[in-house]
Amino acid sequence: MLHTVNKSPFEHKALETCLKFARQGSAVLLIEDGVYAAARDTAVSQQVQDALKSVQVYALKPDVEARGMQHRVMDGIRLVDYGGFVDLVAEHNAVQSWL
Amino acid sequence: MTEENAGGVAKRFLYVNRRAPYGSIYGLESLEVVLIGAAFEQDVSLAFLGDGVYQLAKGQDTKGLEMKNFSPTFRALEDYDVTKLYVEKEALEARGLREADLVVPVEVVSAERMAEIMEAQDVILSF
Repeated sequence: MLHTVNKSPFEHKALETCLKFARQGSAVLLIEDGVYAAARDTAVSQQVQDALKSVQVYALKPDVEARGMQHRVMDGIRLVDYGGFVDLVAEHNAVQSWL
Repeated sequence: MTEENAGGVAKRFLYVNRRAPYGSIYGLESLEVVLIGAAFEQDVSLAFLGDGVYQLAKGQDTKGLEMKNFSPTFRALEDYDVTKLYVEKEALEARGLREADLVVPVEVVSAERMAEIMEAQDVILSF
C-alpha cells in the first residue's frame, strides 16, 4: 500500500492517523504541506523517525523545495520527483490518500 | 497626517497569517491585501502564527511547482513602511526554525505578547 499525506502535521492529524494504520513494509509519500513532516528537529520529527523503522517514507522534491525545506530533510527519507511519484503508484497495489 | 489621508483616520490593522505558503492561496492573498492597506497609509502590522511562520522560511524555490514564490515580497514591505512583523515563538520552535532562518527581520514574541498586540488593534484580518 502507498499512503499519501498532503496536510501539515502541525495543523492536522492526517499524518498521525496515516502512521497509525500504515502496516510494516508499506510506503508513505509526503506531498504538498505534508512535506513539512520530513524536516529534522521539529515537534513531530520523533514520530516520523519511529515510523521509518517500519515503513519507507518519501517526500515530493518540488514540494520540499517550494517550501524551503530542502536542507532540512531528515536522514532516511527519500526525495522523489513527479516521475518517482508515478513509479510509486505503479509499484503498489493501492493508494490511500489521507486528505 | 499626510495629504493622502487628510480627512481620514489611520487605523491600526493587523493581518494574521496562519497558513503555510503553497498548500492554499491564503498566504499570497494576505500579502496582496497588506500591500493595499499599506498604500492607504494605515498603521499595518503582520502576525505569523502556527504554520504561518513557514511563509517566511528562507530558501523557497517554486520552480518545480510553477507557482509564484512570494517570499521575496516580504523584503519589499519595508518600502511601504510595513516593518512590524511579529512571529510566534512557540510556532518557530515547534518547526525547528530560528529567526536566522527567516527572509526578513522579525520580532519573535511569546503568545502572551502576541495577545497584547492583537488587543491593541482597530481592525484584524485573518488569513
